[in-house]
Amino acid sequence: MATKTSNPNSPTKFQKFFRNNYGFLFVLLWLVGFSVFRLYPFISSLIYSFSDFNLFKGISEWGLMNYQEIFANKKIMSSLGITFSYAFVTVPLKLAFALFIAYILNYKIKGVGLFRTAYYIPSILGGSVAIAVLWKALFRDEGLINAVIRTFGGEGVNWLAEPDYALFIISLLRVWQFGSAMVLFLAALKGVSVELYEAATIDGASKARQFFSITVPLITPVVFYNLVTQLCQAFQEFNGPYIITQGGPRGATTLLSLLIYNRAFQDYEMGMASAMAWVLFVIVMVLSLIAFMSQKYWVYYGDEK
Amino acid sequence: MNYTQLQKVGTVVKYIILILVGFIMVYPLIWMVGATFKTNNEIFSNLTPFTAHPTLDGYKNAMNDYGGKINIFKAMLNTYSYVLPKVIFTVISATVTAYGFGRFKFIGKGVLFSVLMATLFLPQVVMNVPQFILYNKFNWVDSDLYLPLIIPSLFAFDTYFVFMIIQFLRGIPRELDEAATIDGCNAIQTLILVICPMLKPAIVSCALFQFMWSSNDYMGPLLYVKTPENYPAAIFVRLSMDADTGFEWNRVLAVSLISIIPSLVVFFCAQKQFIEGVSAGSVKG
Repeated sequence: MATKTSNPNSPTKFQKFFRNNYGFLFVLLWLVGFSVFRLYPFISSLIYSFSDFNLFKGISEWGLMNYQEIFANKKIMSSLGITFSYAFVTVPLKLAFALFIAYILNYKIKGVGLFRTAYYIPSILGGSVAIAVLWKALFRDEGLINAVIRTFGGEGVNWLAEPDYALFIISLLRVWQFGSAMVLFLAALKGVSVELYEAATIDGASKARQFFSITVPLITPVVFYNLVTQLCQAFQEFNGPYIITQGGPRGATTLLSLLIYNRAFQDYEMGMASAMAWVLFVIVMVLSLIAFMSQKYWVYYGDEK
Repeated sequence: MNYTQLQKVGTVVKYIILILVGFIMVYPLIWMVGATFKTNNEIFSNLTPFTAHPTLDGYKNAMNDYGGKINIFKAMLNTYSYVLPKVIFTVISATVTAYGFGRFKFIGKGVLFSVLMATLFLPQVVMNVPQFILYNKFNWVDSDLYLPLIIPSLFAFDTYFVFMIIQFLRGIPRELDEAATIDGCNAIQTLILVICPMLKPAIVSCALFQFMWSSNDYMGPLLYVKTPENYPAAIFVRLSMDADTGFEWNRVLAVSLISIIPSLVVFFCAQKQFIEGVSAGSVKG
């Protein structure tokens, strides 16, 4: 490009600006994608949530009616309750298992690699439809679990047809995938210095005392990370209940994500579905915020000033 | 009991727990493999994965067409025809974006980086409806080329991977870039010739996880693939279960097992990278 400077060696303002900012070009692609595929949909969904937008009929009315319906509709409120109980069962159980197994693996165990692989496989495959099918084969009335129970003289339970059990079985599918949380815990446990335990042993602290006074505080950053990511995920769970129980029996596994899907892609009520999605989003955001703000009371960061 | 004896007992207890829990975790998968070789009468009456009368009926029936338009192999071909481009595009776009954030200063970088991090916490469930409306406007829904599943990955859509590569990039000394600049490399040459080889472990992890997650993805194809000929394995497996529940479980389980064989092979070839990848970038899952 031709420039008008008298001295060819002194850069123009534009050249200077370009030299200091050309790194921007590398993130431009992401920024375009972000604006088109995330920001625009994100904002438009908020706007749609205040309308009666139907994919085929368009919009005829604006207002708060979707939100009013959500809080007045018993089916939606009970589904919200189910979503909460699903998350509050799945996440603590999954993290407890992950920490427990990681704690044992952290001892000098022979074949750590083998165990770690065995525990990790469900995490990698668990999200697939194939595993959801397997879950149905395990827990159906004539399935493997009941066959095992009957072999030992017990009475089988029709797990997926009993409202009391079905949600727990769906939770169990996620708990079974504790492997990746466990790998993270294990890495954190390996980072706790052995000298701390030695000192505590000399001072006469029991193993349990050491676990709660040394181990747990030092790995709280990973506990925090696992907690937030698992909560986000649990509130969005869709595949398990959609494939295994279709939301039944009698609505017992109808998580909010299923209702949103039905409203949007079976009834094409995009406005109502957007409003429900926003309620879910606000819940996840508030819970994440609470977690972030509570950090200073229980999360220990070693490099704090 | 003295201290050493106590310790020995403790060790034995630990192994028992590990083996027991491991057994419970993996047994369903092993049983599933066995079940595909059983007759339908035997599947749920025989608790072991072994059978005295192995049969290939499950596999023979697994080859059946669905409505004459699609079978399991065609469905798997469909799956990988969008998974592979998605993996390649994700790796390239995430690396370029991470390089921009990790190595350069520019106006607005702080704000943009915060935005990038915020998208990590943006639940996909909020995006499904408006994205569907958008892709519908673009005429991408049910496109034969799987456009809604592939195109976003050209733009580093899964910011998680950008974050993972930035984390890794931080560990690569800047002196390398400077040396490359002195040797006459421009920024793009530096990225390709110097940074990319150093980033290899992060790029491999990124490719592996994207491969697994996209192969497992069910919601995407459920929303955007409507023509039976184009169904990927995730939809096909679901259909084969719906059509057969109750009677042909050996066929249903065989179809399921076939559909995850590529994932299993990739996992066993690259277990180390998976496990290291989880700790390196703190993977969700």
